[in-house]
Amino acid sequence: MQFMSLIMTVFPEWILTHGAASVVVVPLMFAVLTALNPNAKIAWATVLAVTALCVFTSLGLLLQVASHGPIHYNMGGWVPPLGIGYYVDGLNAPILLLISVVAFLCTIYALPSVAAEVEPKKKGPFYAAFLISFAGLLGMVVTADAFNVFVFLEVSSISTYVLVGMGASRDRRALTSSFNYLIMGSIGATFFVVGIGFLYMQTGTLNMMDIARVLQDIGPNDRVVQLAFAFIVIGLGLKLAMFPLHMWLPGAYAYAPSFFTAFLAATATKAALYLLLRFTFTVFDPSWDFVTTALMILLAGLGILGMLAASLQAIFQNDLRRVLAYSSVAQVGYMLLGIGMATTLGLTAGYLHMINHAMMKGALFIAAGAFWYRFGITQVCDMRGLGKTMPWTMAGFTLAGISLIGVPGTAGFVSKLTLVRAAAENGWWWAIGVIVVTSILAIVYIGRIIEQAYFQPVPEIDGKPVVRNEAPYTMLIPLWIMALSALAFGINAEWTTSLAEAAAHVLDAGPNTIIPGAHDVVPSVIGGH
Amino acid sequence: MSELFEHFNFAVVIVLMMVGLYVVFASNNMIKKLVGLSVFQTSVFLLYISMSNVDGGQPPIIAEEDLHVAEGGGHDVVADGVAEGAHQAAEVLYSNPLPHVLILTAIVVGVATLAIGLALVVRIREVYGTIEEDEIDALDYEINLEGAAE
Amino acid sequence: MTPQLALILIMLIPAIAAVFIPLAGRWQNVRESVSIIAAISLLAVVIWLVCYVGESPDNRPELFLIQFAGSFELKLKLEPLGAIFAAIASSLWLVNTVFTIGYMRGNKEKNQTRFYTCVAIAISAVMGIASAANLITLFVFYEILTLSTFPLVTHKGDAKAKKGGRIYLLVLMATSLGLLLPAVMGTHVLAGTTDFQVGGIFPDGFSTTAAGILLFLFAFGIGKAALMPIHPWLPNAMVAPTPVSALLHAVAVVKAGVFTMLKVTVYIFGPDLMSKTPASTVLVWVAAISIVLASIIALRKDNLKARLAYSTISQLAYITLGAMLATSFAVIGGGIQIVMHAWGKITLFMCAGAIYTVAHRTEISSLNGLGRTMPWVFGAFLVGSLSIIGIPPMGGSWPKFFLMAGALDAGQKFLLAALILSSILNVAYLVPVAMRGFLLPPDSPKSDAHVAKILSQHRFVRFAPVFTAAGAFVLFFAIGPLVEYLKPILPVNMTGGL
Repeated sequence: MQFMSLIMTVFPEWILTHGAASVVVVPLMFAVLTALNPNAKIAWATVLAVTALCVFTSLGLLLQVASHGPIHYNMGGWVPPLGIGYYVDGLNAPILLLISVVAFLCTIYALPSVAAEVEPKKKGPFYAAFLISFAGLLGMVVTADAFNVFVFLEVSSISTYVLVGMGASRDRRALTSSFNYLIMGSIGATFFVVGIGFLYMQTGTLNMMDIARVLQDIGPNDRVVQLAFAFIVIGLGLKLAMFPLHMWLPGAYAYAPSFFTAFLAATATKAALYLLLRFTFTVFDPSWDFVTTALMILLAGLGILGMLAASLQAIFQNDLRRVLAYSSVAQVGYMLLGIGMATTLGLTAGYLHMINHAMMKGALFIAAGAFWYRFGITQVCDMRGLGKTMPWTMAGFTLAGISLIGVPGTAGFVSKLTLVRAAAENGWWWAIGVIVVTSILAIVYIGRIIEQAYFQPVPEIDGKPVVRNEAPYTMLIPLWIMALSALAFGINAEWTTSLAEAAAHVLDAGPNTIIPGAHDVVPSVIGGH
Repeated sequence: MSELFEHFNFAVVIVLMMVGLYVVFASNNMIKKLVGLSVFQTSVFLLYISMSNVDGGQPPIIAEEDLHVAEGGGHDVVADGVAEGAHQAAEVLYSNPLPHVLILTAIVVGVATLAIGLALVVRIREVYGTIEEDEIDALDYEINLEGAAE
Repeated sequence: MTPQLALILIMLIPAIAAVFIPLAGRWQNVRESVSIIAAISLLAVVIWLVCYVGESPDNRPELFLIQFAGSFELKLKLEPLGAIFAAIASSLWLVNTVFTIGYMRGNKEKNQTRFYTCVAIAISAVMGIASAANLITLFVFYEILTLSTFPLVTHKGDAKAKKGGRIYLLVLMATSLGLLLPAVMGTHVLAGTTDFQVGGIFPDGFSTTAAGILLFLFAFGIGKAALMPIHPWLPNAMVAPTPVSALLHAVAVVKAGVFTMLKVTVYIFGPDLMSKTPASTVLVWVAAISIVLASIIALRKDNLKARLAYSTISQLAYITLGAMLATSFAVIGGGIQIVMHAWGKITLFMCAGAIYTVAHRTEISSLNGLGRTMPWVFGAFLVGSLSIIGIPPMGGSWPKFFLMAGALDAGQKFLLAALILSSILNVAYLVPVAMRGFLLPPDSPKSDAHVAKILSQHRFVRFAPVFTAAGAFVLFFAIGPLVEYLKPILPVNMTGGL
């Protein structure tokens, strides 16, 4: 505690009071400014500064939550449930930090990457759209108003459609992938808003805590509430690429600009998963029958299917980014399995895997982008000899890859082991079998890539072997930061595990109905004398 | 049966939603998909708006002398929470304006989505020369085969 | 010399050697003496530890290394089986270094510095495996062993070497990550710990189905034990130079595998649980089939090293057999086989290396009459063969007797047939080699004469196998102390009758 209060003195006052809002407002403001700015370098610098600021702010928020408890922030001073409230607690503070850190690292990576992949005149607007997407994701995570979630969901999604489509200069399939994503994403968001509508119908309020309070009175037998839950789960399920609603993901990840794929892969599904957790455990009551059934059968079941099906598909892809994309779907399956168990250990495992996966996948996609940047490589069979021609990049890729497999000493092993222990505790032996099988499948698809890179001879152009051409430092540094953190959090997982456990405790506490400052009775007086 | 007629707004919503979804899934043409998406989103707008109507409710514009409690929502349980702070003699029933506000937001979102979608379609037309999905798949067949084959 | 210091030293000495060897790289004799000095000092410390551990069942030196990922600890604890394994590894490192010097210089091999460095790292990893206190520590050192021996396997650098190295790495990493690691994790989850304890760590009444599944995962996950069908890496690793085959694939790598197998069955499952689990019977038969099948394949190989490789697979399966039978005689027999087979097989491989260095011949059919020109080498080969076949008064006879007694104890009479058949096959594929050398007339007397002339230049490679052959003979008489030494690894109620 002392240590934390010491750290807190570093942070200026405004972070502690307005931090929750500034993580959203600052990127949005600067997005507008960046869009107007024609100079790409200034745009990049702005993004870097904004993401750095957000890292700083979210760190401050995390520390504050750790020492003082949840933060309730009322936007504009209006008290919920009339006003829109922002709420930071142990569940979403780590995710804020995660998104900000990943954005920051990817922005460092963006300097050469975007220059190579996006047309010069469009780089300014590209960065602006990125800031909007960034703000949207952060907003999704930090808000406590259900409809606000939808708004930010759409804000981040629409900018994502644009950004994915910008990959067209590299591969024209980015356009169709973006269109596909647009259609599916909009349907998902609309399902979500239908769910919110049904909730509003029954409870008359949009604030998550207030909804939880009224739902407690309504009870589990109301058909409309059950319907609302179903729509919300499906809507969010599409966003987090729950099998079989994952069809948009491989295309979007594969053909988007590599900087954006690295960011997206590490953050978008995590934010949606957070929302699923928030709604399922703290708005709806997890002790209700239909919620428990949905968790165990739907989430865990689809999680298992996703793990198996996506891992198998990953093996048969030849495009490197598609391999990693299907791997992401499988990893989301792991997280859903942990969540579906609904025990403390299971939730800890799922949450921990969220954090670890972000680091691993970010590193993998950064490396994949670096391979394209230097050699134009997109297919696995073209990766022959990369161990010699790009040793550092490949080493970073290998480190993240073995973390994905789950070798002891890496973060992936810690979260997999926690998942196994949670499954054992629950008596779900078949789940352990599936985890073992998918780990072997992961060995196959990562092993293929490593084998190509290290054991195949370097390709020859005009009879001469290709010379070594390492990725630039601005690419290597974020790659190695992420890869090394995957290693570091595997050797000493105390901090990440404590974050995950705090999150699990929040979820265990059940529906959260506390709105400080609100009247006991729903305030419905407008004016009044 | 009377239930259906009493809640015919939901029937309309369901019909429009299904039509919209069907058009999205069954269309080959990208513009038609966007049209279906719009229809689908419109059905949701109707859901919200129809939900906000109160039987016998007035448009939610407060006249100076009627600073009363405004409550509404088709199935609002919260209607119970009529505040005791109201010490006006007569009580005026208003329709709920909040869902309208929400829908304004959602309409904007829908417009933005449509705009992006159309922009994408324009670009796809430039790049591929067609906006029919099967033709695009055929054009991409070779490169997709290379990417997915072992 | 405290026990803890000794434990630290056995890990450190080879590691320090691995640092100094590259430093001394340019001066060949300095570099070689680093290896030799390290080997001698390691042997001294190991002998001290062996004596210390043997004094009393409570003398079990422990050392805590590091804790990671929450509940995982890397720690060391030496017990009799590990002490024996460390003893043969360190003693044969010394002998093999002498042999290697002769081989490397005789064949003018390249990259010798890299070679000696990797051997030192591998020996350090072997010491870690021998003294591991729990499965996690053993797993970590097991993987380090795989990775450090990979450059040794691909030493020659040509396409065949790389291909062999790839299969080596692929099979070992796939089995260890895909099967062994889940088994270790499963043990951790089900038993709450992975620490080795006499009698096993699973609670009473532990489900035999779960135990069976875990046992299968272990048996096929411990790829270094080369239980069929996980054996392909061994013949493929024969592309390595003979010193590698001798030390690593007769002594260190494969023994690490079967040592792990023994430790798992004795200290993790415990003989009690093993006898109750039906899966162990299935694995007994898998091991028996491996023994016979590998011997049959060995018969058909003309390449000497390939024949010895399949012989190794067969002999290793003896140890697996003993581990799976889990009676007192069987387990002790397995432990003794580790010792006897190491000394016997290294003799055979070193002879093969000597033949290659001096006469440049690798195929058995080309060895006619060479025994008359290289009597010491072929004599050592014959003695080593007798030990492998299991004929008294060679050390290798004891494990066979013990295993047969263990099979009878477990009620598996048909196993006796398998063991006897295997011995007959051993005769069939080993004895002809030496017989060809001595009894048949040479194919090309001129090349044999040339060999005779250069013999004196290759003393190291010729006399190292003689030394180990003598060792195999001497070990015959050491059976009493060996059995006594190994008794504490079994739970107290089992050691009657030994």
